[in-house]
Amino acid sequence: MAAPKRGRSASAQSKPGRSLALILIAIVALTGGMFASGHTTPRLGIDLAGGTSITLRAVPEKGQESAINKANMDTAVDIMNRRVNGLGVSEAEVQTQGTRNIIVNIPKGTNSEEARQQVGTTAKLYFRPVLATEASVGAAASPSPSASGSASSSPSSSASPKTTASSSKTGSATPTATATSQGRAASDALKADSTPSASASASASASASPSASSSSAASAAATKLEAQYTALDCSKKSTQNTAGKGAKATDATVACGQVNGVWYKYLLGPAAVDGTDVKKASAVYNTTTAAGWQVTMDFTGKGGDKFAKVTGELAKNTAPQNEFGIVLDGQVVSSPSVSSSITGGSAEISGSFTQEEAQSLANMLSYGALPLTFKEDSVTTVTAALGGEQLHAGLVAGAIGLALVVIYLLIFYRGLSVIAIPSLLVSAILTYVIMTLLGPGIGFALNLPAVCGAIVAIGITADSFIVFFERIRDEIREGRSLRPSVERAWPRARRTILVSDFVSFLAAAVLFIVTVGKVQGFAFTLGLTTVLDVVVVFLFTKPLMTILARRKFFSTGHKYSGLDPKALGAKAPLRRTRRPSAPVDPKEA
Amino acid sequence: MSKLGNLGARLHRGEVGYDFVGNRKIWYGISILITITAILGLTVRGLNMGIEFQGGAAFTTPKKMSASVSQAERYAEDASGHDAVVQKLGDGSLRIQIAGIDTDKSDAIKTKLAKDLNVSSESIAADLVGPSWGDQVANKAWEGLAIFMVLVVIYLAIAFEWRMALAALVALIHDITITIGIYALVGFEVTPGTVIGLLTILGYSLYDTVVVFDSLKEQTKDITKQTRWTYSDVANRSINGTLVRSINTTVVALLPVGALLFIGGGFLGAGVLNDISLSLFVGLAAGAYSSIFIATPLVADLKEAEPQMKALKKRVLAKRAQAAAQGEPAESQVTDRSDDDYDDEPEDAAAVVGPRTQPASRNRGRGRPSGKRR
Repeated sequence: MAAPKRGRSASAQSKPGRSLALILIAIVALTGGMFASGHTTPRLGIDLAGGTSITLRAVPEKGQESAINKANMDTAVDIMNRRVNGLGVSEAEVQTQGTRNIIVNIPKGTNSEEARQQVGTTAKLYFRPVLATEASVGAAASPSPSASGSASSSPSSSASPKTTASSSKTGSATPTATATSQGRAASDALKADSTPSASASASASASASPSASSSSAASAAATKLEAQYTALDCSKKSTQNTAGKGAKATDATVACGQVNGVWYKYLLGPAAVDGTDVKKASAVYNTTTAAGWQVTMDFTGKGGDKFAKVTGELAKNTAPQNEFGIVLDGQVVSSPSVSSSITGGSAEISGSFTQEEAQSLANMLSYGALPLTFKEDSVTTVTAALGGEQLHAGLVAGAIGLALVVIYLLIFYRGLSVIAIPSLLVSAILTYVIMTLLGPGIGFALNLPAVCGAIVAIGITADSFIVFFERIRDEIREGRSLRPSVERAWPRARRTILVSDFVSFLAAAVLFIVTVGKVQGFAFTLGLTTVLDVVVVFLFTKPLMTILARRKFFSTGHKYSGLDPKALGAKAPLRRTRRPSAPVDPKEA
Repeated sequence: MSKLGNLGARLHRGEVGYDFVGNRKIWYGISILITITAILGLTVRGLNMGIEFQGGAAFTTPKKMSASVSQAERYAEDASGHDAVVQKLGDGSLRIQIAGIDTDKSDAIKTKLAKDLNVSSESIAADLVGPSWGDQVANKAWEGLAIFMVLVVIYLAIAFEWRMALAALVALIHDITITIGIYALVGFEVTPGTVIGLLTILGYSLYDTVVVFDSLKEQTKDITKQTRWTYSDVANRSINGTLVRSINTTVVALLPVGALLFIGGGFLGAGVLNDISLSLFVGLAAGAYSSIFIATPLVADLKEAEPQMKALKKRVLAKRAQAAAQGEPAESQVTDRSDDDYDDEPEDAAAVVGPRTQPASRNRGRGRPSGKRR
């Protein structure tokens, strides 16, 4: 009944027709996109679809058997959770099993190879001196592999105003500044925790490391690496993870890294400091200097010495060779520049970090500091934790529930269900399609809690048009005819809907930002359905009501229209015939 | 429709109505009673935390098991008395996870499971597993909850006023306490689904309260410009005015959840679905109940304490006393005049549904000695 009407009225030149056309186009486009993308069902969470289960066994470093303890394992679980859950909506589960195992469950449809790589690879953290770096934008061929002409200019003075030697550094920069260099410069600057002492820096390091030497040591290996560096394109997703994989600590290597959303490629020297040399790292908010979020690192005694030496070396160079790359799993996670030798066994990395960035960097540094590596013990598929029967039962029950809703609406709103039921339907289609599209898009996985969120959303969506309908009916009871009633009812219903949906949305937004894991996934569903509710009411329910109000069936208040003034008990415009009512006086306090 | 439609009409005109605000003490009492029961249940029985929160034992059976997942689930639940999470692994073995088991108990369960599953008990590997919902997830959820509550109170205080924000918060806490209490009493295991159910309720409870408050705010906009109604009267009428909407929304929201709970859970076997739908069902019902019976009367109480409203009440009572003293004829005059008053008002205000067509006003004070209304 709704369809032909909608079709005809959509061609009307008025505004409601346009809104309807808009939402119809949106539906068609989204549905088309869904079919085009080849994913026609939402990606299901592990509780509904099963997936892959990876068991990882912790292997301690030599002589550090005691490293397998609860605290370290919990940190590892935390970090793995962060890694596999990326955006927080993919619903992977990470838990410890026994004393030395970690189980990672990944829902079906996730790239399990990638996930295995994420959790299974030995997380190795190195501090490597940067020999050259360059932004990878598109497939732009880099002009030369040499360090000097690189896109990354030195950090601007603003990034590290407190660094003692910062002025000289800025001055010496070769400003081949591209648009990207600025963002990069702002991000990282390393400053000495203690007053720099000249001690360590004076002696040239005999170790395999630094910078300036690499160009002179024109060994065959170096040439090959430079060629590799030239060819490297870090804007490609596939290379981002693999570029720096498997490099030995003592070899120079290439790697990719992302700074402020821009991918850079790096030519890196051999590792100067190991992740295990870091005793502890934490994100702190610097209140004294108002430098914002910083990451502080405490080194072990040996690590502190190594770090002092390498920073002393680096500080003598010009950008970008005064930087060192913090390389985790072959990816550069940060590349602070050094302005002086940092002694004293601790250092801090400052820059315009957000709290999250600082914490995640600190986490990575800590993870690198864990004297544990993880070995894949087994990889196996698992079935849904929620049995197939359960899911089936749930679907049957849900269908019955929806049928009851439709019956209720039919009985109570009669003709108006021509608007009510399609409104629910449009909402359902949009929710389904968007969830489906978000599966491959951001790794969204629909799990049981999300399904529940969607079921409750039926209530919230229905409420919007119930509020609207009741307003219209109230206006009719006042003795108005339908069309003015609709127009008068709408502004108020709209306000109510917006105010109450805002509260729902606030809940969703806060939970999404603050929380992690499944709660975040749920918050996402809630937010999505709330936004869709507003969209559907504005672009579908109201325009359709306006259009239908012109039709005789509704405007004359047909018995089955749900708007029959008589059935609603509308009063005659002037003369009221009220019988004395039951005593219902509100009593006051 | 006609019955409820008629009811709607009569509610709209104020011909019928329930004195929510007047009888609030009864409802406060009932709510306090339920809340106390819930808190008692919570402290005495405690919550039965699921494996996701407290960890537990994981049993891995040998390969190529003939038992199905649901069979194994039943066996495990029989053996342990707890909810079990059963997954079939790629090689055909089963991973059975059971919450809240310590080492000595795990052996007994292992033996029993082995017997049920027809395998030797040595072939089942038992291991303790940690929570997959570590402290961090839970802590973050609480943190988010706290931030949300602060923000929502600020928002409601700005969009409405602090009294409504306070009342909404009370209603929210009321709903969540009841739901958690019922969980403790029924003894269902708390899963991540439960937590998420609770968060859903939080959103819905506030949503529902805000819808009712919005109508209250609209109706009480010009309350000090008239002398016929006290704040409580208007609040009461506003609840009655939105009653049909509240009933409809609640029914529509509860139907699917109820189907999930009673049909899905009742006939097709219990499980995670039951956990979630129970928390949703109780929470949604409590949410609808509290916005009407708790939140709005609470706002009325708080408002009536305002000097402005006290003055208004005095004026209203004085006027009613006067009308009563003048007897029947005067009363109809009052009605007529007031109708005119309203017609003179700008359109916007005239559409305030309640006061305009309150037949109750005719009877106000009829046969009642004045001054004894308190």
